[in-house]
Amino acid sequence: MGRFILRRLVGMVAVLFAVSVLTFVIFNVIPNSDPAQRMAGKNATPELVASITEEWGFDDSLPQQYLTMMRKVFTGELISYSTRENVNERIVEGIPATFSLCIGAAAIWMFFGILFGYLSAVRAGGWLDRGLTVLAVTGISMPVFWLAAIFLNYLTYKTEIFPSGGYVELTENPLEWASHLILPWVTLAILYAGFYSRVLRSSMLDVMNEDYVRTARAKGLSERRVMSRHVMRNSLIPIVTLFGLDFGALLGGAILIEGIFGLEGVGQYAFEALSNVDLPPIMAVVLFGAFFVVVFNTLVDIAYAYLDPRIRLGTSAQ
Amino acid sequence: MSEALLSVRDLRVGFVTEAGRVQAVDGVSFDLAPGEVLAIVGESGSGKSVTAQTIIGLTRSANSRIEGSVRLRGNELLEASEETLQQVRGEQIGMVFQDPMTSFNPVYRIGSQIIEAIRAHRPETSKRDAHRTAIELLDSVGIPDAERRVDDYPHEFSGGMRQRAMIAMSLALEPEVLIADEPTTALDVTVQAQILALLERLNRERGLATILITHDLGVVAEVADRVLVMYGGRVVEQGTLDEIFYDPQHPYTWGLLGSLTRLDRPRLERLPQISGAPPSLLDLPTGCSFRLRCPHEFNRCAELPGLDARLAEAPGHCDRCWLSPEQKRERRLVEGEIGLGEPAR
Repeated sequence: MGRFILRRLVGMVAVLFAVSVLTFVIFNVIPNSDPAQRMAGKNATPELVASITEEWGFDDSLPQQYLTMMRKVFTGELISYSTRENVNERIVEGIPATFSLCIGAAAIWMFFGILFGYLSAVRAGGWLDRGLTVLAVTGISMPVFWLAAIFLNYLTYKTEIFPSGGYVELTENPLEWASHLILPWVTLAILYAGFYSRVLRSSMLDVMNEDYVRTARAKGLSERRVMSRHVMRNSLIPIVTLFGLDFGALLGGAILIEGIFGLEGVGQYAFEALSNVDLPPIMAVVLFGAFFVVVFNTLVDIAYAYLDPRIRLGTSAQ
Repeated sequence: MSEALLSVRDLRVGFVTEAGRVQAVDGVSFDLAPGEVLAIVGESGSGKSVTAQTIIGLTRSANSRIEGSVRLRGNELLEASEETLQQVRGEQIGMVFQDPMTSFNPVYRIGSQIIEAIRAHRPETSKRDAHRTAIELLDSVGIPDAERRVDDYPHEFSGGMRQRAMIAMSLALEPEVLIADEPTTALDVTVQAQILALLERLNRERGLATILITHDLGVVAEVADRVLVMYGGRVVEQGTLDEIFYDPQHPYTWGLLGSLTRLDRPRLERLPQISGAPPSLLDLPTGCSFRLRCPHEFNRCAELPGLDARLAEAPGHCDRCWLSPEQKRERRLVEGEIGLGEPAR
């Protein structure tokens, strides 16, 4: 286990390094990205641009600039080019909204994804299965931005059932916190719930044909026990994989949803930074997201070993 | 036959598939006496596994149609509720499957799967007692160091050990009947012999009535008291072990016997085989289902022969073949040995 974690830590550093270099390189090769020019404004004199270039170190060699930037990322001194705000502070401010959104939505989609997938598989071929299949495919097919717009139009502007966007701290007013988040949660969860129920259904149908499920029946277990203990446990492995990747990626910011519902989380910050071609926040948000993807990948591997004893972590396997 | 422990009468199992209706089992009847070993022999698709699984209700589904009667000590199982069947499974009829590699759930320890079987039927048994029983069971089927191995995962067992553990699990509740569905097919030859010896010992020591399903007559010769030969969903011949081996009546049985490897005869260039492939159950020939592969086919074969006793001296020995006993005894000899003979075409 110790070796496994050590290896994963080394891997994580390598991934973050590669991601940061890529982001940095891409930013420097795209046209019209010279930050000094942008900071100086539309009608800037060459002198002003030159002085900004020197002041911010844009004339250093690229590796030098990269190192400076990475040092600032990890010491929390990174400053946005366009707003001159401290990037790390903005990200920390965005975390509660982003995490509230992701954790709530994940709870909803896991609950319904597993429930619907289970019912579909148990009643495979029947009317319930067909109905749930239509529901799931509809959920997957609806674009998030469109669904969000529909919700906003009918449930906030026309009927005013839910508040229109914004984020209220959980500690400030839990009720308001929830009512502001319900629409974003549901919007986000519908897509994933549909997807997860389809994956679980097919995974369960595979497992239900396994010999060991027949054995379980042959030894006289009740159908409920066969399903819960022998089918579900083995069918959850692909769900765990998906969940680790999706949840990790979402924590890095659900850009569309946060933007549409004005949640002011990390995702919305990423959106602003991208619109302004503002490297420091882009870099920080990308690393922030990559960090969670890597961490959740590692957690998935640990969960695998728990779910399937044939998988052994580290080098202890013979 | 009032003393029969398990009595199967005119069992018919059909499945609705996308390609059409398949009659997997078509009118199978037999009795199993206490302590008896009955072998059901046949190729893949002959309906032997479906017969076995139907006895404990494992083939019930929206797509299957099951008719006939299966009585265990007089109680009808085909119409029993799912709850009743759950009690019968494991408690009164134990089942062992072909592939020990896939028949255990890979994510649970061997011991916990045995404990699960015990506690499903006897919920009042403490985990500790069930654990001790599991160790005793594993020990009784010859798992060395059972005390320690009980907590192993299935992938830590060898194939032979897994099949032993499988047998141990099926015996956990001391059923009266054991159905072993090709228990040795997936195993090495040396391990096969050990598993057969184990089954024979259990039969002898516990008086365990056993239905042994196999395609291998060599396995049958080792342990069976009586033999049922199945082909295309029907029983084509039944009799005692000696009757089947020394006086086989149905050409299909001749073919099975002729294709056995035997050490007591000179090595042949090529082992005799039954030409052609087993018929598709979707498209069985009318009459005798074996006739298209049978070199002795004649015009009467288009009519289905009944499973009748055709020998005065052996009333229990029945077969489905129109040839007279004299014709059979003459034609089954190929170069002095029992065999199917060359196809006439």
